[in-house]
Amino acid sequence: MADFLFELGLEEIPARMIVAAEAELTLRLREMLGRERLIVEDARIESFSTPRRLAVLVHDVVLQQADAEEELTGPPMKAAYRDGQPTPAALAFAKKASVDVSDLRTILNAKGEYLAATVRHAGRPAAEVIASELPREIAAIYWAKNMYWRAGKPERFVRPVQWMLALLDSEAVPVEWAGCKTGTVTYGHRVLHGGSPIPVSSPAQYLQVLRNAMVIADVETRRERVRKALDRVTRIVPDARWREDHALVDKVTHMTEWPSVLLGNFEAEYLQLPEEVLVTVMRDHQNYFAVEGTDGKLLPHFLAVLNTEANERVSGIIRHGNERVLRARFNDARFFYEFDQRIPLSERTALLEKVTFQKELGSYAAKSERVRAIAAKLGETVAHTGKTVDLPALDEAARLAKTDLTSELVKEFTELQGIVGGLYARAQGSSEAVWMAIYDQYLPASMEDGTPRTTQGLLLSIADKADTIAGMFGLGLQPTGSKDPFALRRAANGIVKMLAESALPLTLSAVANATGQHAAFATVSGFLKERLEWYLREVRGGDYDIVKAVMAAGADDVRDAMSRVDAVTTARDSEDFAAISAAFKRMRNIVEQAKAKGENFSIGTSASLSEDAEVQLVTEARKRAEAVEALQSKGNYDAALLMIAELRPYVDTFFDKVMVMVPDADLRAARLGLLQSILDDFSKIADFSEIVLAG
Amino acid sequence: MSQVAEAPPETQSAKALTFQEILFALQRFWAERGCVLQQPYDVEVGAGTMSPDTFLRVLGPKPVRIAYAQPSRRPADGRYGENPNRLYKHTQFQVILKPPPANIQDLYLQSLEAIGIVLADHDIKFEEDNWEWPVGGAWGVGWQVMMDGQEITQFTYFQQCGGLDLDPISGEITYGLERLAQFLQDVDSIYEIVWAREPDTDRVTTYGDIRLQEEQQFSAYSFDYADVERLWQHLSAYEAECLALLQASRRLDDSDSLTIRRFPVLGAYELALKCSHLFNLLDARGAISVTERVGVMARIRTLIVGVAKAYAEQGERVTALEQGGITPGEVVRG
Repeated sequence: MADFLFELGLEEIPARMIVAAEAELTLRLREMLGRERLIVEDARIESFSTPRRLAVLVHDVVLQQADAEEELTGPPMKAAYRDGQPTPAALAFAKKASVDVSDLRTILNAKGEYLAATVRHAGRPAAEVIASELPREIAAIYWAKNMYWRAGKPERFVRPVQWMLALLDSEAVPVEWAGCKTGTVTYGHRVLHGGSPIPVSSPAQYLQVLRNAMVIADVETRRERVRKALDRVTRIVPDARWREDHALVDKVTHMTEWPSVLLGNFEAEYLQLPEEVLVTVMRDHQNYFAVEGTDGKLLPHFLAVLNTEANERVSGIIRHGNERVLRARFNDARFFYEFDQRIPLSERTALLEKVTFQKELGSYAAKSERVRAIAAKLGETVAHTGKTVDLPALDEAARLAKTDLTSELVKEFTELQGIVGGLYARAQGSSEAVWMAIYDQYLPASMEDGTPRTTQGLLLSIADKADTIAGMFGLGLQPTGSKDPFALRRAANGIVKMLAESALPLTLSAVANATGQHAAFATVSGFLKERLEWYLREVRGGDYDIVKAVMAAGADDVRDAMSRVDAVTTARDSEDFAAISAAFKRMRNIVEQAKAKGENFSIGTSASLSEDAEVQLVTEARKRAEAVEALQSKGNYDAALLMIAELRPYVDTFFDKVMVMVPDADLRAARLGLLQSILDDFSKIADFSEIVLAG
Repeated sequence: MSQVAEAPPETQSAKALTFQEILFALQRFWAERGCVLQQPYDVEVGAGTMSPDTFLRVLGPKPVRIAYAQPSRRPADGRYGENPNRLYKHTQFQVILKPPPANIQDLYLQSLEAIGIVLADHDIKFEEDNWEWPVGGAWGVGWQVMMDGQEITQFTYFQQCGGLDLDPISGEITYGLERLAQFLQDVDSIYEIVWAREPDTDRVTTYGDIRLQEEQQFSAYSFDYADVERLWQHLSAYEAECLALLQASRRLDDSDSLTIRRFPVLGAYELALKCSHLFNLLDARGAISVTERVGVMARIRTLIVGVAKAYAEQGERVTALEQGGITPGEVVRG
């Protein structure tokens, strides 16, 4: 048994890709060595990575594959020999199996007598197997973005390969890939260690050797070091803490080989800028952590994670550089902020006429007017149900919502659109109802994102998105296949999510209707329904068939569709429900086939029915129809489903005793009418015939 | 609370190179590593990449090592000379190595040492930054090089240019000279950068002395004075001439190698560059809507990608005619 170490040295790998690549290389090595019978299934494997390397350390590798035998089946006996002599087919089989014809055997299998051979595979040394198999595994690693670097473009990889190290205990394993041959050396930190190669005498030494060369190869150790350093350095400032940011900790961990943390400062006067702007600059543009007081308010400090270790003199230089960069960026932001205040948002509405939303749909001024109208309609609908809506605030928010697009700050920090508008509105004296709605108008940006905090905010966001969707659909610019250049699916998903998570009494058709795009009404509401179906399935985890069944029973009211999916999901496990679903499917088939044959029937003709089983079904169904209806209208779907499932014995008896498609046309019509009326009365929660039954 | 306005720590600023000395040092460094030093291209470009010395030379199989400074105009970035960090026109120092040597990153780091940066005194990171110029059908992968939180260089492995796959690829190193000078000289405003120092009097000429007037006037031109209607006319006129040349280039099938050699694909490229700059001016002037933008960019892309293709074909045809002994008319167009 030996340890196997493989290190792939690369030019800096993008931070966002390292985790997946490290995991994939590990998995590939495990599968490769397992396939080749060089490790046991649960062999211990460690993996490491830094921006410049991926490494895997496999324990307990067998040095020599065991010999293996394989049974091969050849041609049938009757084709194998003629006149006692082996036929060409038999000879070919022997050649393929690398055995002498005299070593071929006869076996009896289900199809008869066949020629067979036992092939012996001599075990190969692990080093030889690894040398031949490993290149393929490296080449197959998935990267979100690849590049060529060598002439003739023999391979693509994330970045050029700089070195490879492969050791089986203390022996080098000769692997060649991408014009690079494995050696027994690794490389340390670019600056702290320099470019000289470092010998690694055994896999067990790897981590320590690198540590001596100022590289911490283990990701978790590095992450801990970052966190501890953030804590320690923050303590320099009394009563301060660094603002937790898991994504940023992760990012800087994957951007450094020898991380350290530096506290920098900025002039307190910049704190007058909105916190959102400061944090965006620090986090998104500079990878700095923000520092806050115990009250959660920002302090005039930042934390930079360095990829070096600096003494006091060097810290001074690096701090000075980082502070200068941040000051320049804050200065820019302040310049834009102050410049923007010269024209209040209320005066910027006119400027929107010069900002085109879409050629045929006009300027953002025109869009704002449309959004105002839509928001007003939606607002009235909501107010009509007794829910509180500040309609004047909603109108004001819609009027000002897009004005921040004319601001310098948004031109500079596009990710802050909406937020800047909200902040400016607040600074310029708008009420909370107004500025919050503006601030939240682009929420939710994704399915993981939050939704607007206020009713006005929700209505503004819905109106804005609905206008974009309806406008683009009106121009025939709907998404097709994977192409959705205007992100209309995301917009519609956002509408569905808002309706799903808020108690807004709005239906999808009310939203589509409010856009005033009557020509596109059908396609827009169809699109919203399609997104609802997606939402129920992908976001809420509804079963495919249940969602389909619920949608088939009508899905205009998002929350209602959700509770119907929930109720059917709960009910699906009960035996009666499965049986009644099967019965509904049968009824649906009979009725549809009859219709296809041109049968004439209508509901309400059950008077002519006389058999016990059918009379009883009529009675029981009628009795329940009203109660089910009442339960449904209260949204008590669980109880309604229980009641529907109670029909099972009567339906079962009906199908046992009664033949529907009898020769007597009147009777046939009456029975078909009965089935149709049951389908009509009890398919309002879900079309049960869509439910897929187990087995 | 800790002090902010402390005295600047001991940096290399005291002996920092002037703006022009940085340029000298980079030129010398790369010349010593085999680069041809070219002069800046004399048509408006938005980046050193757009100079034909990069854009066209990275096409085809011929190895290239070239370096040059390139003033780059970005009308929308103009700030009337009032912003200490933004310019209508900045200076890029561009290095193209085709094919890229295996130690290109080390060479780059050595070039920083050549301009007086002690690597051990700084925090250097290569952060993913993939370059893309959709209008030029060009993209590559690489990094922005961060030095103490400041982006000082864009480092790109070119993969495609003018819509054509590159083989061999090129390594491109683009230094922002103003950023580097600000960093080395430790000045907060671009305009305070020391451009040159008279050795006998120690009198200093600043970046502002040389360039402020230009920034003021070209910002005003781009934002306030440029005549939108006429800019559109210019754009259409240059576009028409470029297209006419591209069309003519397709009628050269029966021509001899000298005629093909003399065909002005380079002229067509300048016309396309003119269009690109006019587009940037119109954009700065706020005259292009979001949707129009897509359409105009597609028009310019047609020109630039067309030129790249014509240039590559011209090279192939001349080579084939002069080396392969193929008689005119035999070359089948791809």
